[in-house]
Amino acid sequence: MTSTISPPSGPAQQNGRRDPESPGGRGTGPVTRPRREWRSKLGALDVKASPYLYIAPFFILFALVGLFPLVYTFVVSINDWDLLSGAGEWVGLQNYAIELKDPYFWNSLFNTFSIFMLSAIPQLIAATFIAAILDQNLRGKTFWRMGVLLPYVVTPVAVTLIFSSAFDEKYGLINNLLQMLNLDAIGWKSEVFPSHIAIASMVNWRWTGYNALILLAAMQAVPRDLHESASLDGAGSFRRFFSITLPSIRPTMIFVIITATVGGLQIFTEPKLFNPSSSTLGGPNREYQTTVLYLWDLAFNRGDFGKASAVAWLLFIIIIGVGLINFFISRSIASAGATSPGKTARAARRAANKNIQRSGHSPAAHDSKEHRR
Amino acid sequence: MSLKTAPTPQTQTTQVSAKRTRKRSLGIDKRPGFLTYGLLIAFFLGGAYPLWWSFVTGSASTGAFAGPLPPIFPGEAFLSNVAEVFSTIDFWAALGNSIAVSGVITISVVGFSTLAGYSFAKLRFRGKQGLLVFVIATLAVPTQLGIIPLFMMMKEFGWTGSIGAIMVPTLVTAFGVFFMRQYLVDVIPDELIEAARVDGASMIKTFWHVGVPAARPAMAILGLFTFMTAWTDYMWPLLVSPQNPTLQVALSQLQSAKYVDHTIVMAGAVMATIPLLLLFVLAGKQLVSGIMAGAVKG
Repeated sequence: MTSTISPPSGPAQQNGRRDPESPGGRGTGPVTRPRREWRSKLGALDVKASPYLYIAPFFILFALVGLFPLVYTFVVSINDWDLLSGAGEWVGLQNYAIELKDPYFWNSLFNTFSIFMLSAIPQLIAATFIAAILDQNLRGKTFWRMGVLLPYVVTPVAVTLIFSSAFDEKYGLINNLLQMLNLDAIGWKSEVFPSHIAIASMVNWRWTGYNALILLAAMQAVPRDLHESASLDGAGSFRRFFSITLPSIRPTMIFVIITATVGGLQIFTEPKLFNPSSSTLGGPNREYQTTVLYLWDLAFNRGDFGKASAVAWLLFIIIIGVGLINFFISRSIASAGATSPGKTARAARRAANKNIQRSGHSPAAHDSKEHRR
Repeated sequence: MSLKTAPTPQTQTTQVSAKRTRKRSLGIDKRPGFLTYGLLIAFFLGGAYPLWWSFVTGSASTGAFAGPLPPIFPGEAFLSNVAEVFSTIDFWAALGNSIAVSGVITISVVGFSTLAGYSFAKLRFRGKQGLLVFVIATLAVPTQLGIIPLFMMMKEFGWTGSIGAIMVPTLVTAFGVFFMRQYLVDVIPDELIEAARVDGASMIKTFWHVGVPAARPAMAILGLFTFMTAWTDYMWPLLVSPQNPTLQVALSQLQSAKYVDHTIVMAGAVMATIPLLLLFVLAGKQLVSGIMAGAVKG
């Protein structure tokens, strides 16, 4: 069986090569058998091994440069490891204990979460709002979509240079504006909360449009007849937005939130470059020193690889933990909230079906073209 | 709610026409009004203004900063500011490094992701489900946190200071594999692969003649985003190769050298943004559709 089915031997037979067994064709000929078996074995090997060969480069490289360093970070973290002198004594979990008592570590965590909240929440709201505006029958759709994406092509380093200059305490655009309005200048680079707002504004400026497009894609995937039948039932555009659009895009929102968490908790570039004149990383008194910045300072300025690795692992656990919490919270919100909007949606769909059946002719074919604009 | 509009049999025909007109008047597909366009213009200006402002600042002579507000229109000093940028950092070498690093990473990620994604999407093999779950799980793993051992490795190999060291950690991504898998699983009919196999094509030939042509649109999108990500990366290039910098690192070095002189720093920021602005003008449509496609798939 295998010898006739296996593809590589197929064309050889079709090409009319002399084959004594070809009418019966079950591969019993003593002359051709070794050759064909060899070919079929090769073919079988091809079929069996190829899938693994194709995924191998990814897994090997990923193991070497992705997973191994992460695991080895743990090994470094349980040693008294130094940048210059290399691996020191085994110290167990002592580095973790020290870091968990270090106020600078907690300060960095506070800053990270504060900046994260200040960027994630307004950004999500703004992105949903922008997406809802874009999710209309606009003229020049592509132009507006590209328009909201513009900040995304400015690199974080350039964004930080621009905003750092704008937030300059003495000569910056924003304090100048404030003073023109007879308000007090704000210590954007020397006070905790203002500096967090300034850094969050950089993140928001660059990413809101990007996330709006993701949410827009989800909104456009909502079936049009759902909107149509709800509108037939007298639901205005606001009602439809809250009862149909929002519940439908929840999975995408979860996706956006989780991506934002993993990225946001590792924020580095913005606080690193926010104030180049500060000798301490993350502000004169560590006002906006995030955890990755703290890790960087520990490892590459103070050379304490052991403690820095412990911080890396603590942050790793926190990121995974927050990601999971986000996931479960948003999932339970989704299932709890699904009852009422789900009912509305179902009722709307039923009503739509009824209308179609009653009216005899089916607008469905016409409608389905309008599902996607 | 549905009771209100439920038609009685007698009024069937009127109901249909009423539905048509109401559909128009209730406005699912109504053209939006001025408010919408006004808001969109406001968003657009908000997005563009910081860029414009950086150009205005970057083209001002240092003295122009004496006023309470920066000028609204660009000054004449842009070229002299740019000359100052060029004398402070080796802009062209950094640009070359960025192109080389992002180019190699893009080719590697797209190539290996297509290969692995095709395998996951269309080939049968033992352990496929488990390995795929592994790939998906690693999507959320912050591998960036492994920089300390990675740095030690690069030092051990003597690679620090070379652009090769910048490339190594991102030659493959779990996202790329997952993205290609999601795309290919729908887009290639199994029959097509079987047909190629029956015609006697080997596995790799089937991949090349069936898989790759089908994957091309997704490869372009993945390539675009991989290039962007590699281009914007800052932390790892800064750590491993500050003496042979990419554009982003060079730009940050300009900032630490000239932080008192905003005009020069802004001129540098503008210069460094131009390449991606060009990319945006040329491929902005693809970026938009890529983000929107990725959202539905992911």
